Amino acid sequence: MIEMKNTIEISKMNEKELIDLSNKMLLALNAKEMNSVQEYFKEKNRHPFQAELETIAQTWSEHCKHKTFNSAINYKEIFLDGTIKEKKFDNLFRETIKSATHKLMKEKNWLVSVFSDNAGIISFNEEFDVAFKVETHNHPSALDPYGGANTGIGGVIRDILGVGLGAKPVANTDVFCFADPETKKEDVPENLLHPKRIFKGVRAGVRDYGNRMGIPTINGAILFDERYLGNPLVYCGTIGLIPKGLHEKKAFKGNKIIAVGGRTGRDGIHGATFSSIELNEETSSTAVQIGNPIEEKKMMDVILQARDKKLYSCITDCGAGGFSSAIGEMGEETGAKVFLEKAPLKYKGLESWEIWVSEAQERMILAVPEKNTKEFLELCGKEDVEATVLGEFTETKKLEVFFNEEKIIDLEMDFLHKEIPKTEKNAEWKEKTLTEEFSEPENFNEVLMQLLAMPNIASKETTIRQYDHEVQGTSIIKPLMGKKNDAPSDASIIKPLFEFKEGIAVSNGINPLYGDIDPYWMAASAIDEAIRNLICVGAQINHIALLDNFCWGSPTKEKLAELVRASVACRETAIAFGTPFISGKDSFHNEFRLGEKTISVPSTLLISAIGVLPDAIKRISMDLKEKNNLIYLVGATRNELGASHFLKLQEKLGKNVPELNAEEARKAYEKLSEIALIGEKNSERIIRSMHDCSEGGLAVTIAEMAFGGMLGAEIDLRKIVFEGNEKEKTNTVLLFSESNSRILVEVPFKFKDKFESIMQGTIFAEIGFVSDDLNLRVTGLNGEKIINSDLSELKNTWKKTLNW
Amino acid sequence: MNPKIIVLRTAGTNCDYETVNVFKYLGAEVDLVHVNSLQRKEISLSDYHCLVLPGGFADGDYISSAKILANKLKYNLREEIENFISEKKLILGICNGFQALVKAGFLPAINNFFEQQVTLLWNQSGHFQDEWITMKKTGGKHCVWTKEIESVYCPINHGEGRLEIPENTLKELYEKDLVVFKYEKNPNGSMDSIAGICDETGRIFGLMPHPEKNAFSLTDPRSTREQFGFEGEGISIFRNGVTYIRENLF
Repeated sequence: MIEMKNTIEISKMNEKELIDLSNKMLLALNAKEMNSVQEYFKEKNRHPFQAELETIAQTWSEHCKHKTFNSAINYKEIFLDGTIKEKKFDNLFRETIKSATHKLMKEKNWLVSVFSDNAGIISFNEEFDVAFKVETHNHPSALDPYGGANTGIGGVIRDILGVGLGAKPVANTDVFCFADPETKKEDVPENLLHPKRIFKGVRAGVRDYGNRMGIPTINGAILFDERYLGNPLVYCGTIGLIPKGLHEKKAFKGNKIIAVGGRTGRDGIHGATFSSIELNEETSSTAVQIGNPIEEKKMMDVILQARDKKLYSCITDCGAGGFSSAIGEMGEETGAKVFLEKAPLKYKGLESWEIWVSEAQERMILAVPEKNTKEFLELCGKEDVEATVLGEFTETKKLEVFFNEEKIIDLEMDFLHKEIPKTEKNAEWKEKTLTEEFSEPENFNEVLMQLLAMPNIASKETTIRQYDHEVQGTSIIKPLMGKKNDAPSDASIIKPLFEFKEGIAVSNGINPLYGDIDPYWMAASAIDEAIRNLICVGAQINHIALLDNFCWGSPTKEKLAELVRASVACRETAIAFGTPFISGKDSFHNEFRLGEKTISVPSTLLISAIGVLPDAIKRISMDLKEKNNLIYLVGATRNELGASHFLKLQEKLGKNVPELNAEEARKAYEKLSEIALIGEKNSERIIRSMHDCSEGGLAVTIAEMAFGGMLGAEIDLRKIVFEGNEKEKTNTVLLFSESNSRILVEVPFKFKDKFESIMQGTIFAEIGFVSDDLNLRVTGLNGEKIINSDLSELKNTWKKTLNW
Repeated sequence: MNPKIIVLRTAGTNCDYETVNVFKYLGAEVDLVHVNSLQRKEISLSDYHCLVLPGGFADGDYISSAKILANKLKYNLREEIENFISEKKLILGICNGFQALVKAGFLPAINNFFEQQVTLLWNQSGHFQDEWITMKKTGGKHCVWTKEIESVYCPINHGEGRLEIPENTLKELYEKDLVVFKYEKNPNGSMDSIAGICDETGRIFGLMPHPEKNAFSLTDPRSTREQFGFEGEGISIFRNGVTYIRENLF
């Protein structure tokens, strides 16, 4: 054994000692992985340096390698009648989500880059492609809501800036999950921040970063559930435009490794590994990074100029794992030599390994050919952006890092990237015994008011208006639309380029409550919701791509079974709709341990959808437009109150979770896409408004459309197409069931025949019309008026809950 | 010959894309220039007819909005700007650009340039606001940027838009007819609901709302309900500027 200083003696450690070491150093590596590290260094006949262990831990972290999703899984389903079904996955992710994309690859010639870069890329028009990525920043936001959310948005913007040879960010989207902001103080455990404080901190964090970056925040959602108390979820997404042909990149031997942007500090040490373990009262907040948006904006400005001058051959952002991940991944095929003492620091006193793994923000790594180095550094200098040559890419296929002439890392790239031990896990799904009983409401007006006031449904205006959705001058369907600009859009649209007519629509689908009954239908429903939101604004079903974003608790066999079911649903639904996944993210260990008790978040799947509109002017907003227009309900209503907001009002879960008939839905969406292309002027448009039926069912949807346009509506429940046992057809089900694939459509009377003839072969019914007063009236199954509400009253109730 | 416009940017400028596009659409030649290039004399202000300061968060707005940029204009570029103004050229500041003009003392510049006379404070709400507003033209008959405009519907996107004016100055503003636009409904607590002001020459004009974001009606949220032409309500301001250049500076 060769003795060197600053090494850690691991060759003689037994399994327990290895695990202790992993815990002590916050490596988050398991026994099998530690053994493999031990073997590697035994073969090399030396002890590892601390920086080497840190590098391996970052590279092999759940965050970077998605170990759970890529593991082999033995999946077992146990049904109430005693039957058992088993299935084995060699690699869950590859066999579900990724395989759906591969299956669709041939027919979707607009797929450009999927699952291989910082973001997914699809074609936009003849000159540009569009990239989309959604990230999570959950643990940092739990510890430091402002800072965590700040750097969450900062990080995903750099993902887009570092995709291919660099895309220009053109829109942001954010989805937050918190506990009820009205939670009583005494119900919040000591050492936890109150959910309202987390909400306000996260809101401000995303606001102060996103607005300063000059990227419009055009879409989002905020959800509430008490299980997010110790571990909120913060999803941040960015869309970017990249000229065609720039999606591929490669670092070459001799290219200089240049760090651009912010300096390195001690913030964000162990971020990647910290996200791979659960939170507890003692988790240190030094794992959270510190954001500086103007540093990032400056960096973005020069990088886009350097891209257009073709000054560099490869780029990636310093995210989780810092230099370690960025340089390690970029040099995987070549090798890299780094002189760490050259890295500019925020302050003195950092250990060399800390510089190497620090996740300090606003930094990117570029591979710059030597002949361009001078020009690149000058360009940065002109705009006060710091850029430093740290080393160069080699041909050794080794990662070699020096600090003041002392070697601190000497690892084979192949070991680092290819020899992570494969894991095998067990997953077990048990069919649940659920019942569905509830009291029939006596006053439907009142229930509608209660639904509109629920935090999940209530207006998010106070948050939306703190985000700039106008900057760049591109937003044409805004998050709030309608006569008074205060009704909720299903999706938003930007027309990002002045010279081109195409538009980009973005939406999301998320409903963790459905997963409490069955994660399969949760996933199918989320995909359907995201897609139908896009359909509602006039997007085309044949040009829609999806992102998956799983936030789960620790991967126990029950939680893993939920993951399996959701993933299988993703595969089947994506194929059925012809909407491929292009990128995604998974985050496990979203739980908080308090003494003996662990609160795990509900298994939460966010589906983000992006659609390209061939002609952005043909957009559709959700507010009712003109009196006497007809109102159609597309799609069938079923007795599917399970996990609905109506049952949540009664503090019940139920069992009839909304299911999905994707073939039926796709047919309707294809027809609606076709109709959306007809006519240019408002007077030529067959569809004047569309709104998706989701949380709160038909009742909430028509209320939102009506107060959005400040036009009344008359609806007759007897005309609705109901599927299922006639005995189950009640006013309650028709009004509040959250059955999927349903859209309310407003059509001028003069286009009645045209609309109906195109929709032929799909399920739809004319169920009412736009009236000329300011009331919403609904006729029940017995012909009686069961809702008669004043629009201002409905709107005020909806606006009040989160008005702070 | 075409009007030559310089759109000035710095770290944190972010409304440059849409501002440049409007002027280009109107037939102007537009250069997007970093303030460093002016300070280092790589680019000369005298080559242009009109200086535009677009919206954004100059240097982060951390000290107070646009303060650093204002000081660069006031101390590092003073001579160039004095010459520029004396040649009867135009200056427009939108949102963050308006904040810079105010803090550098270009607006309202009553009797004196380079002396700050009014300021912009945090909105009454205490935070950033994004909403569509109507601003009405109430004065500034001599303002070259706002000829034949009655009102403009466009968004505000700012955190520090509350105009604060000392009593005497306010009186002078009205006496000299420098108050150009007022909000129909005050969104931020701005004194007398003032949204935009000009100087005594009428050639320097600044406002908090963003007319460039309703230069084309597709971005006007009302356009999903009502039928508009291709151009939006905000474009007239820019067209007035370009027309002035063609008529007076060629």
